[in-house]
Amino acid sequence: MLNLLNLGKQLRKIGVWQVFLVVMALPTLLALLGVLSSFLHPDIESLSHLAQYVLPQTIKNTIFLVVGVGVVTTTLGVSLAWLTAVCDFPLRKFFVWALILPMAIPGYVMAFALVGLFEYTGPVQHFLRETFGSSSAFPDIYSYGGVVMALSLALYPYTYLMVRNAFQTQGLRSLEVGQSLGLSIRESFWRICLPMARPWIVGGTLLVMMETLSDFGTVAIFNYDTLTSAIYKTWFGLYSLPAALQVASVLLIFVVVITLLERRSRASQRFSQTRSAKSVAGRIRLSGVDRWLALLVCVLVFSLAFVMPVMRLLYWAVPNMNADITSQFLGYVAGSTSLSLIAMLMIAGLALLMAFTARTYNSPFAKIVVRISTMGYALPGTVLAVGLFVPVAAIDNVLGAMGLSTPLLQGTMVVMLLAYSVRFMAVAFTPLESNLLRITPSIDAASRSLGVSGIKMLAKVHLPMVKGGLLTAMVLVFVDVMKELPITLMTRPFGFNTLAVRIFELSSEGLWERAALPALAIVLVGLIPAFILIRKSDAR
Amino acid sequence: MTSLIPFIKPVMPFMAVLLRLLSVRLLVVSALISLIIACSPSSEPVSDLALNDSAEINDAEPSEAIVVYSSRNEHLIQPVFALFTEQTGIEVKYTTDKAGVLIERIKAEGKNTPADVLITVDAGTLGYAAQQGIFQTLDSAIVAERVPAYLRDDSDYWTGLSLRARTIVYSTERVKPEQLSSYQNLGADQWQGRVCLRTSKKVYNQSLVAMLIAEQGETKAESIVSSWVANLAIPPTSNDTKVMDAILVGQCDVGIINTYYFGRLQTKIADLPLALFWPNQTAEADSGVHVNVAGVGILKHSKNAAQAKRLVEWLVSDSAQALFAGVNKEYPINDSVEVNPQVASWGHFKQNPLPLSQAYVLQPAAVKLMDRAGYK
Repeated sequence: MLNLLNLGKQLRKIGVWQVFLVVMALPTLLALLGVLSSFLHPDIESLSHLAQYVLPQTIKNTIFLVVGVGVVTTTLGVSLAWLTAVCDFPLRKFFVWALILPMAIPGYVMAFALVGLFEYTGPVQHFLRETFGSSSAFPDIYSYGGVVMALSLALYPYTYLMVRNAFQTQGLRSLEVGQSLGLSIRESFWRICLPMARPWIVGGTLLVMMETLSDFGTVAIFNYDTLTSAIYKTWFGLYSLPAALQVASVLLIFVVVITLLERRSRASQRFSQTRSAKSVAGRIRLSGVDRWLALLVCVLVFSLAFVMPVMRLLYWAVPNMNADITSQFLGYVAGSTSLSLIAMLMIAGLALLMAFTARTYNSPFAKIVVRISTMGYALPGTVLAVGLFVPVAAIDNVLGAMGLSTPLLQGTMVVMLLAYSVRFMAVAFTPLESNLLRITPSIDAASRSLGVSGIKMLAKVHLPMVKGGLLTAMVLVFVDVMKELPITLMTRPFGFNTLAVRIFELSSEGLWERAALPALAIVLVGLIPAFILIRKSDAR
Repeated sequence: MTSLIPFIKPVMPFMAVLLRLLSVRLLVVSALISLIIACSPSSEPVSDLALNDSAEINDAEPSEAIVVYSSRNEHLIQPVFALFTEQTGIEVKYTTDKAGVLIERIKAEGKNTPADVLITVDAGTLGYAAQQGIFQTLDSAIVAERVPAYLRDDSDYWTGLSLRARTIVYSTERVKPEQLSSYQNLGADQWQGRVCLRTSKKVYNQSLVAMLIAEQGETKAESIVSSWVANLAIPPTSNDTKVMDAILVGQCDVGIINTYYFGRLQTKIADLPLALFWPNQTAEADSGVHVNVAGVGILKHSKNAAQAKRLVEWLVSDSAQALFAGVNKEYPINDSVEVNPQVASWGHFKQNPLPLSQAYVLQPAAVKLMDRAGYK
């Protein structure tokens, strides 16, 4: 026991953990430096054109989009989480996990299905014209509202999952506190439950906003120009990678601002949970109209975000099903699944280590380093992929010059996993971080006084306390890796294909009828962890 | 999978903790998955994940696999390579990605690139690749003989492999072909509120406008593009198929598309009330229909350049051409090759003979021009 304690102290002295933190942040730092180094070769001509004709509109669009999607996903995520975690209404048990499912649908697939259904040429407006002679009253899907809807339906599960974790573990408990203070349920919700769930809500919203910033596929379907579209246009249209990266650094400013706002919002607050999560009180039984309203909201969201796109995919996939389910296709499924599984375990493990380390060495240095290593999520995937590939190739070339047989790194799964961990560290870290906030210093003191300290304390005391967050992190990473495209495309070994790559290959040629099957497979495989998560978290 | 173990080992203890947390159920699932991987007939590429795969490429004897990076999609190139392997016994390995990414990748890999050949779509992209210095010259008498000069690079760094025309599509119910004449004409008053265009972010439109600049000059081209924008019935669409869909339901009457998208829709809907119109054909001075290519170049650092050249020369041969173009309803690069009957039914047309390499030089100007004209 004493040994372990000493080990901890020694580690502290040498600073092994600080080194670990820095190593974790290094790849992201490399990619960020790559972006910033573009200022060494400023492409004034392209930049002045962009500044005059492109950036004003795209920056405005980006702000509107991030705010819109942030507000809608937070509203949806929090209310759905509250309903399913704390209240009781018909079919609640089904919606608990059903509402997670839209997460498995890639954003651009969601957008394509929505647009296909609601645009002027789609079946809904066609029906309106047939019946009423005109569909002009129907709102245009190719609009700000349309993009916000598509992205929100694809992204609200992030917030839902995280906030549900909070309400699940403390919602009923907080209500009891409220009741004992003589507050009504409504008052308790606004004054106790919601503020207490704040780290989770903010964390979920942060993830959604970063994902929105980096999105390209969804906004492209709506032809809604954001900073990310401007980056790609500059790179592939003006053939100026430096100018594209300079636009990307504007994007980074957005990320820094959002992160700082989040920091500020909870700088003065402390979150602790005093007793076990078990609650004596039962769920709130909704009565009368409320029951049906709650059901209606769930049905509406679930139909729009899941049933409708899946029906659309089935409609396309079924005719080609027999021809397309080949051993090759099963290979894609196996490739995607095993890749996601390995990445999930690795990234969740690293995030756990990082979260513990950052908590133990709660220094400004640690905080900054952790922030950096979670920034990869907001960079457009292709920029990040290239940003990481360039240094990896350079290392390989140096090794080659030293006489080793090359390429050592390129085309291996090591690079792939490294790049995934840069991209998805935020996804794994955020849910863990909010849960760690609940572990008070007094818990550490208590466990030490009982002779449990060092690594043993992490494993025996802390780990069980962050279990919910860890499960959330794992599901998020698993599904995100399944959907990931640019990194997979660039770093996959020859002949290795995933479902997401397959969707891209077919849909980029407009062959949605055949892209539907791999898309359905992603949804199907994504069901498994969602199901496990709910079984685990509801078992308590 | 075994070669992964050294990399996973350090994180093993953590994985064990995580797995315990998730308990038996997930373990069963992962075991099942591993089983699927192990048993599936396609386990070859999956188990090739790690080091040995790339090492294999490196050790390759000159007569072994040619490695292709392609931005043309898998289902369009795979049958072609299969035929090549069948006819020559030479294996082809390939990976696909976006063109811009592949070019950056080749640059980063430098001398150690495993790739021999880059296949990509659009003359602008090919020109950019050449300008980035990743190609070697083709030096092929066969290519020079079979591919018309304006569909090849001036400096011999790349050659076109198939031809697509970007032309006008119109509603046969609401438009008479006599009303149409040229690309420029779509900006005329009679088309007010009747035109549909795809987004200017697509390289096909950037090349089209680049060629307009080449023949009309920038000022004239800008006023043409502005007049198109003024005639738009709906905001620019995200793809060519949507342009045709919009014409079908009556949102607009004319649009500009690549011919193969029309071909696909024609296959799906038998009595399609749409037709293609070949613009800029009548007057002697007219420039002809804007064409673009899918093309190929041999990489400067190819370790297998002789075989790569063999592939390129095979690709412009008659048997390869019919397949390469036919699989995507495009036109072969050489007139002598028989065109797919459906494609032939659209009729003959005069191509714009301006060298395609102009598309690269003028593309940034075209992008900026469209930004100024408010073409989104």
